[in-house]
Amino acid sequence: MGGLLTRAAQWTNDSSGCCKLEATQLNEFLLKEVLHFTEQLMVQHPEEATHVFEEPLVWSTTLEASDFKAGYDVSDLLVESHDKDSEGRPLLRLKPPTISVRSFSQLSKLLHLAENNTLAEVRECLQGNKDLVAIIFGRSFVSFMEKEDVNQDVQSLMVKIKEREPSEDVEAKIKVFLLLQKKDKEILNKLLQHVTEQSERVWIVFSDYEFSNGCNAPLWRQLLGEICYVVLTPCDTDTLYITCSNDGVFLNKGIKQDGQESGYERISEVYRDLVTLLKHRSPYFAANIKTQVQKSLCCKTPVTFVTFSNLINLNVKQQENKEEEKTVHHHVRNKACGTTKYEPCPRWRKLGLSSTRGYVIILLPHKSSVGAMPSELFSESSSESEEEEQPERRQENNTDLPSEYWQIQKLVIYLKGGNQTATVLTLCAMMDFNLMQETCQLAIRDAGGLEVLINLLDTDEVKCKIGSLKILRKICNNMQIRRIIVDMGGLQSVVKILDSPVKDLKALAAETIANVAKFRRARRTVRQHGGIKKLVKLLACVPNLATLSVNQEQDVEVARCGALALWSCSNSTKNKEAIRRAGGIPLLGRLLKSPHENMLIPVVGTLQECASEESYRIAIQTEGMIKDLVINLSSDNDELQMHCASAIFKCAEDKQTRDLVRKYKGLQPLVTLLGKANNKELLAAATGAIWKCSISKENVAKFQEFKALEIIVGLLTDQPEEVLVNVVGALGEFAQISANKAIIRKCGGIRPLVGLLTGTNQALLVNVTKAVGACATDKDNMAIIDQLDGVRLVWSLLKNSSADVQSSAAWALCPCIKNAKDAGEMVRSLVGGLELIVNLLKSTNIEVQASICAVVATIAKDKENLAVLTDHGVIPLLAKLTNTSDNRLRRYLADAIGHCCMWGTNRSSFGDATAVAPLVRYLKAKDSWVNQSTAMALYQLSKDPYNCITMYEKGAVKPLIQLMGSDDETLQEAAAGCVRNIRLLAQANRQARLFN
Amino acid sequence: MSAMNRKVIQTLAENISKQVEHFSKTETERLIREFHVLLKEPMSNHPGKEAPGVDRGKFRNILHEDFGMTDRMIMDQVFRTFDKDNDGFLSVKEWIKGLSVFLRGTLDERIKYCFGVYDLNGDGYISREEMFHMLKSSLIRQPTEEDPDEGIKDLVEIALKKMDHDHDGRLSFQDFEKAVKEENLLLEAFGTCLPDSISTEVFERSVFQSSECH
Repeated sequence: MGGLLTRAAQWTNDSSGCCKLEATQLNEFLLKEVLHFTEQLMVQHPEEATHVFEEPLVWSTTLEASDFKAGYDVSDLLVESHDKDSEGRPLLRLKPPTISVRSFSQLSKLLHLAENNTLAEVRECLQGNKDLVAIIFGRSFVSFMEKEDVNQDVQSLMVKIKEREPSEDVEAKIKVFLLLQKKDKEILNKLLQHVTEQSERVWIVFSDYEFSNGCNAPLWRQLLGEICYVVLTPCDTDTLYITCSNDGVFLNKGIKQDGQESGYERISEVYRDLVTLLKHRSPYFAANIKTQVQKSLCCKTPVTFVTFSNLINLNVKQQENKEEEKTVHHHVRNKACGTTKYEPCPRWRKLGLSSTRGYVIILLPHKSSVGAMPSELFSESSSESEEEEQPERRQENNTDLPSEYWQIQKLVIYLKGGNQTATVLTLCAMMDFNLMQETCQLAIRDAGGLEVLINLLDTDEVKCKIGSLKILRKICNNMQIRRIIVDMGGLQSVVKILDSPVKDLKALAAETIANVAKFRRARRTVRQHGGIKKLVKLLACVPNLATLSVNQEQDVEVARCGALALWSCSNSTKNKEAIRRAGGIPLLGRLLKSPHENMLIPVVGTLQECASEESYRIAIQTEGMIKDLVINLSSDNDELQMHCASAIFKCAEDKQTRDLVRKYKGLQPLVTLLGKANNKELLAAATGAIWKCSISKENVAKFQEFKALEIIVGLLTDQPEEVLVNVVGALGEFAQISANKAIIRKCGGIRPLVGLLTGTNQALLVNVTKAVGACATDKDNMAIIDQLDGVRLVWSLLKNSSADVQSSAAWALCPCIKNAKDAGEMVRSLVGGLELIVNLLKSTNIEVQASICAVVATIAKDKENLAVLTDHGVIPLLAKLTNTSDNRLRRYLADAIGHCCMWGTNRSSFGDATAVAPLVRYLKAKDSWVNQSTAMALYQLSKDPYNCITMYEKGAVKPLIQLMGSDDETLQEAAAGCVRNIRLLAQANRQARLFN
Repeated sequence: MSAMNRKVIQTLAENISKQVEHFSKTETERLIREFHVLLKEPMSNHPGKEAPGVDRGKFRNILHEDFGMTDRMIMDQVFRTFDKDNDGFLSVKEWIKGLSVFLRGTLDERIKYCFGVYDLNGDGYISREEMFHMLKSSLIRQPTEEDPDEGIKDLVEIALKKMDHDHDGRLSFQDFEKAVKEENLLLEAFGTCLPDSISTEVFERSVFQSSECH
């Protein structure tokens, strides 16, 4: 019972410092149980009940001498029982108001005498004797018994005890003790049951306003059994407005404002509890709660009291944890809209109910409305993409923690209570622990050390700040710690330190920022507090002097840390812009000339990260950084090489940059990097750079001097997709030169290339189809592709969901069809292929439309296939596209129309579909390709007299005559032919009129 | 100040600046003047009497007011470290040599200086007892603790664990030097006895840049 009383009872300290048992429900319950036990003992175990206590229980009673009658010696002020112990002391002695009792039988009698006041008496007794068990049995006996197995029989226990303390009535003593323990357990079990029953009603204890019955619901709703309202926003469903009532929980219509009675309406079935409701409503919650419950089954400690957080845990049958409670209490009050916002406890976070991911629990007090919705409060709800919120790992059993954990906890205590000297000493001691280890990091967190460390940053003590940062920079490699530091506002303090005149401090602060700014919110915090500007300022130093003074050396170190921090920050687009605006680019350019790798890596890392922005790409080129990047391609540090190659990869989209790379002899080192095939990141960057550089034909020629193509073809197999995308991209560019097509074939590149057509990576498929198309322009290559069933594979990619893949596949089909043997037969053999093509003309993507037109033109060269296309309704679809103003589409569309005229009544069909008039307009386009294909198409169309009339009416003759003066013979011919047809018609017309 | 005195001071300054590393001749001259200003102030315990040098009380005032030191014991130790000949007064040479390390000392010099300050009995070791003595007031006592000194004792053990490389239960100069070189923060491990950068700057500015006062 002793254990129970200290653990379960709700003790409160009153002003005088002694402990009181408050009149709570729980305590009442306990008192009753204790009373019951005493009475039962008397009845069921009369012998044991007479066992004499080691010490008397003493308290001040309300009983008076006059209350005692038979069996007591009653004098004026003194009452003594007739029953005495072996030494003749009375078992009960009252000297009002103090009473001392030495056995359960006396205690029971006394309580009997107290009649109506029994409970008060028990309360007084318990308050007066907090260490009840020790008083009754003696301290040594209790500690002995606690060590012994309770399940032993009384005899063996007796033997053991007698060895220790020979005493006559040991047996009774043991029996009483065991009875007491048994009762202890019983009460505990009852208590638990009691608490669980209660939990259905005691839903939420905290809120802005609470009626005396503990409800938050407005009175008229309470009549219907409603207790309170909860708003939850899970990550995978809409906001849930939940009513908690006596019957269970259910969704309401959304209680937003007072007086809107309809909001209270029930719109779901009634669930047993919140967890069940959420399990039904949020699949994510359901999936996660399952694993939680499994884990928690091993928890032993029973729940002992109920709070809001606890209630939730209770439902999940989990053990209470003080820290979680704190988290729930840590709520933000939003006075303006009158809601109390509760941050979910960590366990809820694990279930996806975290504020940072758009979760928030709001209690709606009855008297106010919800002004701001959760989404507004957490605008960055979906932003934490790169660092997923991991479930918090918690040590379930404290005894498993290593000794470091406790040592660190002790150090944190000294940090809290130490002056500067003690603090610095303690910080130094803390640095000796392996701070990269999670146990140590969590130890600091659990002991509240993060708060102290962050507070130190705001002091004036340089040494404390240095010490604190030295620890923070290490422990923030832990994601949780990073988040806590940001949540506590620690990052702002670190940013402030960047202004310090002490160089060590600046460097440490920058390094800490580099490690903390690994997630978006942190990076935003740095920017919003002016951190980017300050970090850029740190970059100003002279990095490439041959000899540096101590002072300059420190400057270089500060700059290096600044670059590290900027590197981390540059992951966010807005930060890239901020760095640029703060004048960071020229400073980075200067640091790029540093001879030190540890400086170059963060600098190039930042540059390549930022090169995703065009402004940076231009600056890198114009500030002359390409040269330095090329130089460092030949460094012997893989990481540095990788970043340099990656920067070139991103910048070489620009032709001038490509030329500069060649000019500074960067192509050969890029090819050399292909030798490091084991470092996949490096390989991906190098192949990427080669791909982009090979867009310039001069570069391809240069690459061939170093046999780049042979090596690249070798990289087509057994590489990760990041590498393959670039390798195939490069192949596509190399294959633009006809000599290279043969090399690809000879090196056995066709087969793996066709093999890649079955992949799913869309970026890769775009490049593969492009490369296949480029290779297919060579007849010998085409034979192999055909043999490998490549055309069918490319064709089937037209069904891919990505428009890029569709168009790229369509472009690749053109050379395939053109160069295949028996192309017409092959196309026909593809079941449903032609229908698919015709249907793709309905795509809204101009590139897809253009590429399909090109395919149609190619296919239409085969009369039979053209007939099938016509049957599938290609003519009206093509005619529909003629209104476009996109010259690229116009060119291929006119081409397709020209070729489609060759079948049946297609010419007049185009005329009927009003395709002719728009085509005439194409003649005025300032694109010779468009003019040419349009002239050809018009020539074909002019074989239908009605089309000639339309052309003539739309003024086609004049531009056609101009085109006849072109240098291009086919164009001359087509234009002339068209004019001739128009002219012939006019002439025939006149003759007809003359002769009639 | 008379021209005669000026001459004397200049020669003295030239003399001393040769022996002191971190002060130029003019700076030395200024420090000598400052020294004489201090001398003219009445002595803290023998008012009215011309002193042979700066006494402990005056020196402690400077440490407290100009450099923000508060720990009496440490301040006395700093005085003792300055007062090489142990006569209870700082001569002008002791004053300047001491300040040279105090304000501008290299790390090695400062390690030596701090060790001297912390070695309370001057036996060449910082013993457990000495550490305890110096750290005595560094923790807020928890009234609930059974042994209020336990935290301090623990700190002493932490310091020993960190710095006592030869495990003899006390810190030799070598121990101290090695520890500080590894972690500079340990330089003032047992109490602040050096000025911070700001008060150094203020002090130097007031002494070296003040306009000529005669």
